[in-house]
Amino acid sequence: MIRDIALGQYIPGDSVIHRMDPRVKIVLIFLFIVFLFVAQNFVSLLLLVVSVAVTMLFSGISLRHYLRSVKAILFIVLFTSVLNLFYGGGETLLKIGFMEIKSGGVSNAIFIAVRIVSLILLSAVLTFTTSPTSLTDAIERLMKPLKVFHVKVHEIAMMMTIALRFVPTLLEETDKIMSAQKARGADMESGGLVQRAKALLPILIPLFVSSFRRAYDLAMAMECRCYHGGEGRTKLKVLRAGKRDAFAAVLVVLVCAGVVVSNIFLPGALS
Amino acid sequence: MSENGFISAKDVVFAYEPEEGQTPRNVLEGVSMEIRRGEFVALLGHNGSGKSTMAKMFNAMLLPTGGKVFVEGMDTVDDAIVFEIRRRVGLVLQNPDNQLVASVVEEDVAFGPENLGVPPEEIRRRVDEALRAVGMYDFRLNAPYKLSGGQKQRIAIAGIIAMEPDCIVLDEPTAMLDPQGRTEVLETIHRLNEEKGITIVLITHYMDEAVQAGRVIVMDGGHILMTGDPREVFSQVELLKQHQLDVPQATELTHRLRGMGFPMPCTLTAEECVEALAAYLPPVG
Amino acid sequence: MAVIELKNLTYTYGEGTPFCRTAVDNVSLSIEKGELIGVIGHTGSGKSTLIQTLNGLLRPTSGQVLLNGKDIWAEPKKIRQVRFQVGMVFQYPEYQLFEETVLKDIAFGPGNMGLTPEEAIERAKKAAAFVGLSEDFYEKSPFELSGGEKRRVAIAGVIAMDPDVLILDEPTAGLDPRGRDVLLSQIIGYHKVRGNTVLLVSHSMEDVARIADRILVMNSSHAAMFGPTREIFARGAELEQMGLRVPQITKILASLRERGWPVGTALTMEEAVRELLPLLEKGGVRA
Repeated sequence: MIRDIALGQYIPGDSVIHRMDPRVKIVLIFLFIVFLFVAQNFVSLLLLVVSVAVTMLFSGISLRHYLRSVKAILFIVLFTSVLNLFYGGGETLLKIGFMEIKSGGVSNAIFIAVRIVSLILLSAVLTFTTSPTSLTDAIERLMKPLKVFHVKVHEIAMMMTIALRFVPTLLEETDKIMSAQKARGADMESGGLVQRAKALLPILIPLFVSSFRRAYDLAMAMECRCYHGGEGRTKLKVLRAGKRDAFAAVLVVLVCAGVVVSNIFLPGALS
Repeated sequence: MSENGFISAKDVVFAYEPEEGQTPRNVLEGVSMEIRRGEFVALLGHNGSGKSTMAKMFNAMLLPTGGKVFVEGMDTVDDAIVFEIRRRVGLVLQNPDNQLVASVVEEDVAFGPENLGVPPEEIRRRVDEALRAVGMYDFRLNAPYKLSGGQKQRIAIAGIIAMEPDCIVLDEPTAMLDPQGRTEVLETIHRLNEEKGITIVLITHYMDEAVQAGRVIVMDGGHILMTGDPREVFSQVELLKQHQLDVPQATELTHRLRGMGFPMPCTLTAEECVEALAAYLPPVG
Repeated sequence: MAVIELKNLTYTYGEGTPFCRTAVDNVSLSIEKGELIGVIGHTGSGKSTLIQTLNGLLRPTSGQVLLNGKDIWAEPKKIRQVRFQVGMVFQYPEYQLFEETVLKDIAFGPGNMGLTPEEAIERAKKAAAFVGLSEDFYEKSPFELSGGEKRRVAIAGVIAMDPDVLILDEPTAGLDPRGRDVLLSQIIGYHKVRGNTVLLVSHSMEDVARIADRILVMNSSHAAMFGPTREIFARGAELEQMGLRVPQITKILASLRERGWPVGTALTMEEAVRELLPLLEKGGVRA
């Protein structure tokens, strides 16, 4: 079901995290991710891992979904960790031929693995619990100050909304065009690189043409519904940060403070 | 003339910008028509007859190159009131996939009122009401791409209703739908017309849809060919056939028999036709 | 001899996942060479899935598709050959056009068959003639044509492969009455001249009634009925239960028959008049 991948990854629910203001969610998760890289010793890392686990628990989403998103990047995690094994100082633990694994390398490998996995899990919490529209909406509002620098905030958010809306439609269309060209004997599986690239034309050209047609239709439909840019626009959903959001912010700040304190008072584990 | 009609078009001429080296060709050649408040009008014709161009005149998506179009007395060429006109006259297009903006049904329906600057609580009320009016309230949190064609088209209609228009113009809204989707959409617009008094202009090439309208306007080659209630229009079977337009089979059957000398009335539906025949056939037995 | 034979054909989407759905369930039937078959059924009845198994775009979950007596999946590597023998025109086929000129686009299929460019162009010209595209169209860009013309180019693109079986999924969808009539008569003409097998999937009962020899009715993944057009449309009540209808003219005569008048099943206007005329004359009301 290729189309389901594209629908963002939103899993509807009613958990505390689902109900948080998406703006606050984005900011806090960003803060969290930054501190994953600030943490320099195992105590602070453990503190962060526990916090990530607690966040996941409160999202009310089954572990299965999280595991699936980690599985997708497992190879990258393993690859970078293994590479990191060979860097760093400390005492030699193992010697294979000319390669040495030192204690510093092991900590490096653990740190990098935990950081990447936590980063993925945190972004998963955000995308699982926030609908694509709330996400773009939140981003639009968070970026509002950039208007001072003539950044077209509303237009960017509208583009994101429309892109999200049309990804499944275009994927379905790609599927249809592929079937149609296969029925005309198009061969997409054999041949060298050049031949394969050429075999894509019968799919890409119709897809392009149809995207333009859709864009034209959509522009007309939007005009019919009185669209005239972000000026004077109101919103169905008003974002309101409440007690829940304040509480979450306090918790995250406490965790971050903990990381800073342990960085100052405990020796670093990285080399 | 502009005082009587809710929408009135006067001698409308229109030509698209010609490509280089080509002479402009008129798509509309002096069309005058009037749509009264609360009417259900079917605008019938082939592709290229000018019917879709006419539809876009009604909400100032296109402006006449000659003649005038008035919506409640407002001239559509007046740039200052263009949103005022589009709010009153909503346009639903053919392809249901290409007119939905948001990935969640209710947010799509909210798009129009959001553009109009309606306050959030009022948008919520309008969205819920519009979705109930098209029978899609239970789907308000769904993603549009998972819905059927008929459902998507009803969402598009709800998106227009949420702007609280006086009139909805639908440009071949059923051309891409299966029979069930067609029935859903037609029932919806008939209900809106009857219960909410919304003026409907239905552009179509399906005769069975035109038969259900209050008034039919047939266009061909940029002109109006005929206008009248369905019975007046469809009784002119020869003229319609000359222009390669369809006639309901019931109408054609009674017409043929009349041509053979049997005094049949003009019928529009299967039921009418059966009754008409039953009156003339010898008693059973 | 049967050109296509289905043996216990079943197709399940997403097999082995919690979302699996059987779209075609244990269908067995055979289609003779030279027949024109109408395929009807409401959306979701399984008809689209069924036709896609016929040219190997979908591989059956179980059961067999025999083409001229041979299982099309006997040698999976040669499935492309099957697609040349069973041509498929999808819904809204104009969206598959991509070449610079009409003629090149029509020649895409024949080119894939391994014909020389000259042979492919020859085939393309013949196919263009079947759908009424004159020489003036050959060098035009397909993107500058009208909707109806594009559709005919796309259909020619499949006809040009000269398939033994031609499957058309809703070929007249979205066309106006004039475009629809022209296209249908071209399909009938092609069928008569070539004498090959044609499967026409349609929501328009009037069209199917007019041109099909036999009708396959799909309903909730099963082949609910398969028989001569007249027999199928005589079962109006059953069709209505499946969310289908019969042509209006057929319905009118069926109602009269129910009320006791001795009239047969009519599929076309001419047949209806023929059935009614003797009765009306007996009634003696002619003015």
